[in-house]
Amino acid sequence: MLLKDLNKENETKLALSDDILMNVEKCARYIGNEINSVVKNKNDIEIRFAMCFPDVYEIGMSHIGIQILYDMFNKYDDVWCERVYSPWTDLDLIMRERNIPLFALESQDPIKDFDFLGITIQYEMCYTNILQILDLAQIPLLAADRGDDMPIVIGGGPCAYNPEPICDFFDVFYIGEGEAVYRDFLDIYKECKANGESRREFLIKIAALGCFYVPSLYDVEYNDDNTIKSFKPNTAGVPEVVTKAIVKDMKNCDYPVKPVVPFIKCTQDRAVLEIQRGCIRGCRFCQAGELYRPVRERDVEDMKKKGLEILKNTGHEEISLSSLSSSDYSHLEELVDYLIDECSKNFINISLPSLRIDNYALDAFGKVQDVKKSSLTFAPEAGTQRMRNVINKGLTEEDILNGSRMAFERGWNKVKLYFMLGLPGETREDIEGIGVLCDKIAREFFDTVPKEERKNGPVQITASTSFFIPKPFTAFQWAPMNKRDEFLEKAYITRTSIISQLNQKRIKYNWHEADVSELEGVFARGDRRLNKVILNAYHKGCIYDAWGDMFDMDKWLCAFKEENVDMDFYTIRERSLDEILPWDFLDCGVNKEWLKKEWLNAKEGKVTPNCKVQCNGCGAAKYKTGICTGDGK
Amino acid sequence: MKVRIKFSKYSVMKYIGHLDIMRYFQKSMRRAGVDIAYSGGYSPHQIMSFAAPLGVGVESYGEYFDAEINSGHSNDIKNSLNEVMVKGIDILSVKLLPDNAQNAMASIAAALYYVSYKDDCNIKDYISEDDIVSLLKKESIFITKQTKKQEMEFDIRPHIYDIEIKDGFISLLVDASSAGNLKPLVVIRQLYENKNLEFNENQFKVIRIDMFTRIDEKLISLGDLGDEF
Repeated sequence: MLLKDLNKENETKLALSDDILMNVEKCARYIGNEINSVVKNKNDIEIRFAMCFPDVYEIGMSHIGIQILYDMFNKYDDVWCERVYSPWTDLDLIMRERNIPLFALESQDPIKDFDFLGITIQYEMCYTNILQILDLAQIPLLAADRGDDMPIVIGGGPCAYNPEPICDFFDVFYIGEGEAVYRDFLDIYKECKANGESRREFLIKIAALGCFYVPSLYDVEYNDDNTIKSFKPNTAGVPEVVTKAIVKDMKNCDYPVKPVVPFIKCTQDRAVLEIQRGCIRGCRFCQAGELYRPVRERDVEDMKKKGLEILKNTGHEEISLSSLSSSDYSHLEELVDYLIDECSKNFINISLPSLRIDNYALDAFGKVQDVKKSSLTFAPEAGTQRMRNVINKGLTEEDILNGSRMAFERGWNKVKLYFMLGLPGETREDIEGIGVLCDKIAREFFDTVPKEERKNGPVQITASTSFFIPKPFTAFQWAPMNKRDEFLEKAYITRTSIISQLNQKRIKYNWHEADVSELEGVFARGDRRLNKVILNAYHKGCIYDAWGDMFDMDKWLCAFKEENVDMDFYTIRERSLDEILPWDFLDCGVNKEWLKKEWLNAKEGKVTPNCKVQCNGCGAAKYKTGICTGDGK
Repeated sequence: MKVRIKFSKYSVMKYIGHLDIMRYFQKSMRRAGVDIAYSGGYSPHQIMSFAAPLGVGVESYGEYFDAEINSGHSNDIKNSLNEVMVKGIDILSVKLLPDNAQNAMASIAAALYYVSYKDDCNIKDYISEDDIVSLLKKESIFITKQTKKQEMEFDIRPHIYDIEIKDGFISLLVDASSAGNLKPLVVIRQLYENKNLEFNENQFKVIRIDMFTRIDEKLISLGDLGDEF
C-alpha cells in the first residue's frame, strides 16, 4: 500500500489544524461527521442557516429542539442547516490568538458567511456565551453595528419571551414554535434578496408577520423610578403586540426520525420521543406550562412508529419520552406498554419520565428499572398543603404517602423529593414542613416494610431545594424574589427541620448555590438596560456562567456597579399590577388579566383546577387547538 | 458464532478515542441489524471485544474486534455494516473464527506502523538505511520509562522486530502485546537521537497498518485467521 495514496483519498477539510485538535480537550466536539449529520453541496442550496446552542457541544447535542429545527430546515431543498456550539475555553483562547473564525460543524465553514445564525436560548445563564459565539464568529456584538453582509442573528426558545436584556445583540427574535412560520420567513428572505432590498426592509416585512420581534423597530421610555413608561414601535407596519406562533395540528406535525448521533458521551445519550407540548396543570411558578399552552398531544400511533424508526436510524440503546407532564398524555399507558414490549425484545432501555406515582407507573417502572437502584421521584415543591395550594401544585400529602407506600411494597427504598424555597407567601411553617413531610415518608416505609423484608436496607430519602425565581408570563411575575441572605437562611431552616426529625438519619438534604439564582432572577425579569451589563461582564471574561466552577459573581457585581444598574430593582420588588412589564408587548397565548386573577387566587390559597377538569379562560383557547375548544372566552 | 471484524479508521475519525469507537460500534450493530448476542444478567450488553486501543490522532487500516453473533453471513454483515458507517471508517472483512480461537486482545503479538512527516518533509532526508542497520545491530537499547512510582530503565530492543526505510516513510514492526507494547515514535526518537538530531513527536504522522498474532513462531495477520462464511 502506497502511503501517498492513503494520504490523498482520505483528507477531509477541517477548520482546525491537526496541531490544534491534538491539543484541546475532546477534539471530537469540533469535527462533525456524526451519524445522521447532513452534508449538502453549498452550490445546490440558496440559504445557509447556522443553528446554535450557546453552550459546549455535549450540552447542546442533548437538546431536542435543535434536532427538530435541524431536521425541518434540512428537509427544505433550498436550505442547508448546520450546527455550531460554544468552543470550550481552551479552544476559545486558541481561536482568538490565531484569528480562527467560528465555524459550523458540517462544512467547517465560518458562520459569518451564512445567511442566518439562529441561537436557541434555553436559560438565562448562557447570555455571555451568546456573546462568545458572536465574538468568535467575528460578527459585531451589537446588531446596530452589523452590515448587511453579516448573517441575520435570530433568537428563539423560552428566554425569547423576555428578550429585552439581550435585545441589542439580536436582529430578530422568533416568538413561539419554530415549525410554524419559518417557511414563510425564508420565502420572504429570498424575495427580498432577489429584489435587492436592504436588511432593514426585510426585517420590517417579517415583523409584519406578527410573531417576529425586531428590537430595533421598538423604542422604550422609562419613568423616573426606572419602570417602563412606554414601549412602542417606531416604524409603520410593525405590530404593537407580537404574538407567539404555534403548531396548530400537532397530530400531523413532523418529528425527526434521524437525529444526529454524537460520538462522545453527551448529557442525554438516547433517543427522545416528544409526546406532547404544553401542560394542563397551571402550576403558578411554571413558565414552560404557560408558554407552551394549549396542551397538544402527538398521535400515539405515529409516536410508536417514529420511536422504532429513531432507534433503527440511530442505534441508541435507550429511549425516553419527553413532555412537561407525561402522566397527562391520554395514551401514555398504550405507548409505554408498546415500547416496553418492543424494547425488551431488543435489549433497549426505556427511561421513563417523571410520572404520577400510581399502580400503573410503579408497574412500568418495575419493568424498566432496577428497583434496587433507582429512586422514586416526587416534586411537591412546597412543604405544606397550604403552600402547595398557593402555587397550584395539585400534589397532596395523601398522594405522596400512598404512592410511597405502594412503591415500598414493591421493593423501592429510595425516594427523591424536589422543593423550592422563597415561594410567595412562604412562612417558616411551610419550610419546616419539608422536614416533616420527609419524615412522614420515612415512617411510612417503616410501617409498610417489616424488618425481614428490608432486603435493600432502610429507606433513603433525598430532599433537594432550589431557589424560587419569578418568571415572566406566570401568575408570580409580580412576586418579589427573596434576597440571597433570605435564601440562605431558609436553606438553614430546612436543614434544621430535617435534622430535628425522628428519622433524620434517613434523610439527605441538597441545596443549591444562591448567587447564580440571584443573577438568573435579574435576567428573567430584566429590561433593556441590562444589555450593557452583560456586555461589560463578558468583556471582563465572564463565560460559561451556567457552569458552577466557571461562574464568577464578583465580576458580575463589578459590571453592575460600573454600569450603574441596581440588581435589586429587578428582583426584590413586589411589582404593581399596573406596571408595564418589559415583556408585556408579547402575547404568549395566556392573557395578563388571567395571570392577575391567578396571582390573587394564589394570595388566597385558592386552587384552580386543570384544563381537563374545566376551562379557566386563560386565553389560549384563541388558538382553537389541542385541549381548548370553543371560541377563546 | 465468534466473528472477527477488521476495520479501518482514518481521516477525521482518527480524532475519536477508543471508548467512543466502541460505543459507536455498539450503535452500528443495531443500525445494521446484525444479530449480535447479548450477555445475560441484569444489564445485558453486546458481546464484543476489541483487539487493541488506538491512540487519538493515529489512523489505522488494520483494527479488529471480535463479536459473538447468533446468525448471519460474512458478506451480508459486511455490507449492512458498511451501509451505516460514517466517512472514515470502513469494514474491511468479517470472518468466522473457530470456537476455540483466542480472543483478539490476548492474541496480539505485533503491529506494523508507517511513520512519516505530517508536512512535505521526507523522512529519508534524515534517516538512512545505515542508521537503521546500526540500530538493529545493537543488542540492547535502554530508555527511561516513567512509572507511577519511579523512573525505570527499559530495554526496547527485544520488542523491535523490523524496521525498513521506504520512500517518504519508515515501516516499523514492533511488539504490540499487552506486556510488551512498544509505541512506534519511541523507536523513531531513538533513530533521531542516535544522530544527535532534534526530535519533535508532533511533526510525525503514525499510521497503524495491521496487527499480528504469533502462531508457530510466525507472525500472522489477525485478519488472516478464520474464514468467510
